[in-house]
Amino acid sequence: MRFVVNNVPVELAEAAADLTLLQYLRSQQHLMGTKEGCASGDCGACTVLVGRKGVDVMAYSTVNACICPLGSLQDCHIVTVEGLAAAPQEMHPVQTAMVECHGSQCGFCTAGFVVSLAGLQLAGGADLAEADIAVQRAAVIDAISGNLCRCTGYRPIIDAGLSALKKPAQVASFVQNWVPYAPLAGIDGEPARAYGRNLSDGVSDYWQPHTEAALQHLLVEYPQARLVAGGTDLMLEVTQQYKSLPQLIDLNRIDSLCAIHISDDEVVLGAAANYSTIEKALAKLSPEFVALLARLGSRQIRNRGTLGGNICNASPIADAPPYLLVMDAELEIVDSSGNARRELLTNFYRDYKKTTLGVGEYLARIRIARAQLAQPLKLFKITKRYEDDISAVMGAFCWGGQTSNEFKIAFGGMAAIPKRASMTEQFLSNTEWCVAGDVDEEILAQACDLLHSEFSPLSDVRASAAYRMAMACNLLKKACYEFAAEASGKALETRLFSHA
Amino acid sequence: MRRIVVNAELSPATHTGSAAGGVGHSIAHESAHKHVQGTAEYVDDLPLMPGTLFVATGQSSKPHARIRALDLSAVKSAPGVIDVIVQGDIPGKVDVAPVYAGDPLLAGDVVEFIGQPIFAVAATSFVEAQRAALLAKIDYEELPAQLTVEDSLAAQSFVLPQHQLLLGDPEANIESAPHQLSGEIYVRGQEHFYLEGQISEARLTEDGGIHVISSSQHPTELQKLVAEVLAIPFHLVVAEVRRMGGGFGGKESQAAPLACIAALFAQRNRRPVRYRMPRRDDMIQTGKRHDFLNRWKAGFNSDGKLLGVDMLLAGKCGFSPDLSEGIVDRAMFHADNAYFLNNARILGLRCKTHTVSNTAFRGFGGPKGMMAIETLLEDIARALGKDPLDVRKANLYQPGADETPYGQKIEQHVLPELIERLEKSSDYRARRVAITEFNNTHRTLKKGIALTPVKFGISFTAKHLNQAGALLQIYTDGSLLINHGGTEMGQGLYTKIQQIVASAFGVSVHRVMVSSTRTDKVPNTSPTAASSGTDLNGMAAKDACDKIKADLIAFACEHFKITAEQIQFNNDVVVLGEQELAFPAFIKLAYLNRVALSATGHYRTPKIFYDRATAKGQPFLYFANGAAVSEVTLDCLTGEYKVESVDILHDVGKSLNPAIDIGQIEGGFIQGMGWLTTEELLWDEKGRIISNSPANYKIPTAFDVPDIFNVELFDEPNLENTIHLSKAVGEPPLMLAISVWAALRDACSSTTNYQFSPRLDTPATPERVYWALQECIAFNQPSESKALVTRGAI
Repeated sequence: MRFVVNNVPVELAEAAADLTLLQYLRSQQHLMGTKEGCASGDCGACTVLVGRKGVDVMAYSTVNACICPLGSLQDCHIVTVEGLAAAPQEMHPVQTAMVECHGSQCGFCTAGFVVSLAGLQLAGGADLAEADIAVQRAAVIDAISGNLCRCTGYRPIIDAGLSALKKPAQVASFVQNWVPYAPLAGIDGEPARAYGRNLSDGVSDYWQPHTEAALQHLLVEYPQARLVAGGTDLMLEVTQQYKSLPQLIDLNRIDSLCAIHISDDEVVLGAAANYSTIEKALAKLSPEFVALLARLGSRQIRNRGTLGGNICNASPIADAPPYLLVMDAELEIVDSSGNARRELLTNFYRDYKKTTLGVGEYLARIRIARAQLAQPLKLFKITKRYEDDISAVMGAFCWGGQTSNEFKIAFGGMAAIPKRASMTEQFLSNTEWCVAGDVDEEILAQACDLLHSEFSPLSDVRASAAYRMAMACNLLKKACYEFAAEASGKALETRLFSHA
Repeated sequence: MRRIVVNAELSPATHTGSAAGGVGHSIAHESAHKHVQGTAEYVDDLPLMPGTLFVATGQSSKPHARIRALDLSAVKSAPGVIDVIVQGDIPGKVDVAPVYAGDPLLAGDVVEFIGQPIFAVAATSFVEAQRAALLAKIDYEELPAQLTVEDSLAAQSFVLPQHQLLLGDPEANIESAPHQLSGEIYVRGQEHFYLEGQISEARLTEDGGIHVISSSQHPTELQKLVAEVLAIPFHLVVAEVRRMGGGFGGKESQAAPLACIAALFAQRNRRPVRYRMPRRDDMIQTGKRHDFLNRWKAGFNSDGKLLGVDMLLAGKCGFSPDLSEGIVDRAMFHADNAYFLNNARILGLRCKTHTVSNTAFRGFGGPKGMMAIETLLEDIARALGKDPLDVRKANLYQPGADETPYGQKIEQHVLPELIERLEKSSDYRARRVAITEFNNTHRTLKKGIALTPVKFGISFTAKHLNQAGALLQIYTDGSLLINHGGTEMGQGLYTKIQQIVASAFGVSVHRVMVSSTRTDKVPNTSPTAASSGTDLNGMAAKDACDKIKADLIAFACEHFKITAEQIQFNNDVVVLGEQELAFPAFIKLAYLNRVALSATGHYRTPKIFYDRATAKGQPFLYFANGAAVSEVTLDCLTGEYKVESVDILHDVGKSLNPAIDIGQIEGGFIQGMGWLTTEELLWDEKGRIISNSPANYKIPTAFDVPDIFNVELFDEPNLENTIHLSKAVGEPPLMLAISVWAALRDACSSTTNYQFSPRLDTPATPERVYWALQECIAFNQPSESKALVTRGAI
């Protein structure tokens, strides 16, 4: 496979399929500025920029090198902290700003912050440079949402990020210096073996098909292979459990799995579309969901993680499924012969970490009706830390409004699977719980009793069962208060957080 | 957002002459450029030497058990494995405890916590070592395990004897006081989460010695322990630390086992060895901040003034003493925080539990003691219907009410004025009124505010540690090289030392190089801990400067036939009566005239002593002070909250480097806020830590930093003769974050019209805040239904 590291074109024929970008950078390129802080995508010390050819320019995004399989970076431009400055004796504006603002103490996390902030300059462009300070501050915080610093308390880093935004002219210096490397345009022929290695105990292959047909062929040929999209969860098996994943099939280059189609009737989300892409596509259509995504994971994670991964992983505490459940989202599942079937997400989860996905099947697309998207929706996520934390309880509430009164409720963290509260839904749908903007507390209390009978959550590291139960009820109340106020045009009580 | 004012043009503190970037200037961290460019080297960044081996350990899966059989055959035959060791393979001392015995490098027949290393593997790659370590077959005979402070108290099982401070007659004065209160709070510990995990590399020298390069706050202890484990003299071991990617106390004693195991493999295999703990092992195998169970009984008058306090502080030490003697002592020494207790009994217990041995963490017990008294004062305020700030102010140490429970008299009364200033600058009273108004008009959201002070004693409580050494060398081009016993973990110690040396010679800081801390340059050093790094090493460096300067001045007097008063070191120039020489030219001249251009410096802290038998003394040279006002908003339906604003006024004496000091204050505050809010250490009922990764242990992110975050320096010189009259700054600001916790409790209390203060153990996660609010709801209800409040299981 071919890619470029900073300004060095690389051709790599042999590597283990599960080699991470971080391992590669440190052990083979001897680029030591990119650090391992956690090897799980939680701390951001390994943040690097990955550029991929967009429509006509390179589009750069930040990723956690520690859980990014190198094989996914065919034709990419990887920029590490060492590659940011325009010339060896110079510094990138973000680097200068970090020094001026006293943004480093121990320095171990610093390179990651520098790269994240440099990425923001690239992505934000002139619009952000001219935006008002509140918008800029929110953008800076979002850009470093996946970077942990234990020394500074972040204030000087935020200041450095803001200060660097004032220097837009130099932002793209390394991109301007970029010498296009001819073969980067793409590769033909399929299925595509990015690379592999003959291991003593077998062959290691990293496949990167470009079409679903090629994918289906590979699924038949290599039934043991694991599918990888963002790798934000799968790669933890490698970095945390020291497992070997010798056969990987990468979904990132199959356009039909990454694309998002918005028609008058429905929104079709490719299962391998990453969260950052979805955020842009749904910003107007589903602002509640886009706001939730900001808390689902850090910017680095959202640049890699996919909706399909979040669904198929089948975690009871995944954030997207409760939303998709109340949206009555439909899954398009395809088998290795190319036969597609449709299934409501509600029916997809069988048990803890178990789905209806059969051998040789893959999730291709997620469909949401536009009519659903237009309905009033409330998404609440309860965590210890506001950003980048896994839900103790995730609640999704959708109300058809006073005419239909259809009420839909789904929870994460309340059962072995992301689950609809069907009894409570039915009760509320058939009850006049809201009269002239006032919520009938008696009815809400009955609804909460029903929730108690429908759910028996567990105690774990994130919350006690009692708190989870209490939150399920109170989030329902919260949703009802807001629905009622909005329906009657009454003033809403302000929320604690207003996320950008 | 109001901006922090860092005045780069502050006039330098007293020194010989002016020096570009010298003492008092806000110069950047000495490694800042390397940090931002990714060129600052940490141990794992060093080029790998050929043949390097990598280490992993096999860990106990039982909290307390006897090992019946240990089968390592699969480990030994695993791919890449070169060597496997157990306790019996250690040639010298097995115990690597820092003070009192109890920390075997590898467990013997008995294991005492889940994660305890039983054997170690050296392999040709990191992943091979990790995989091999999982292959052991271990047969355990389980023994009864005590896993909580309560278990330990029930069994009366302690790692060290109890200690007690006594002032006056607390029992009688509590009894006779107009009001009494008793209470309890459980304050959880904290994971250090330094971004760079524990690591050591050991290289064999030609003499059979070891050069160990480590991420450690205590190179001298590494040297000692490596030598003892290998049974070789200390002079064959060099421990070196250039920088750490964060320490926070977590690399004071906890770095040594890695160095010892790496050294052991290096000696056995004659190959370089690198032992890096992956994050999960680090979170399982290394000690954390102690949990503390604090109980108290207090008597007070109608003004809220304390008449007597009886306090129990029970620290969860884990399976061994480690540094728990000093940590529980310091908790006791800070159980008064800033307040005159009048009569007090403070009993400290060191609870033994079958969990990882807890260790130093920024504040070293101090924060735990402070939480007790701060909770108590709030409870008094609610009982009397007063603003907690007024009760706090009424109890502050002041002339005539200045004796601490350990007999030291408070001499510098900084806090009354400091609090007065902060109260005004933060507009506390007006905000209090506005908050009450807000709370009266909002159903779901409630606001809270609190001003809390910090008084933190500076000096190691182990007297012998209060010394430091330095080695200064001046070369004939006029460049200076300073080496000292302190280690750089991001706190800016090297930068401050560089400034101190530059100022001593009136030269630009760029002339001064601070090189890595090495036991073969400056021996017998103390750990860089207890906020003492600059106080001790700065003074030692200055001593070395003064010695060379004295020689240079004597030489100049003779050579130029002038008096000492006619000589000035200023702006890279030496003024010699009527003439001037550039600093390099003057040094060259001194060299040609055979003046010694290197010197060692030494410092020992004066005045301090502590008599354990009587529990009286003067353990601290002085106190660092500060106060913070925090304002929060919380959501009563969920317990979620937001820290809206923070105002801090902090006393660092005469600042050596305002930017670095402000960095310490802000960083310490946010770290303290994490400890008290989102960072929750949890173990399951089997004794397994379940907060074992950054996915389930949440330190603050940039989002958690309040939009309004004002930090100012009090900027008054220390009255004790410290380095340029500065004060230590490492630990004290952490405890300013108690104001966040107090503001949360204030907001909860608002739901009872400030009549009741609910129990709010820490960390005050949204869940704990929620239960505290339920307690408030119960308080508001008629008394017969109060028993109905149910708490969560955790």
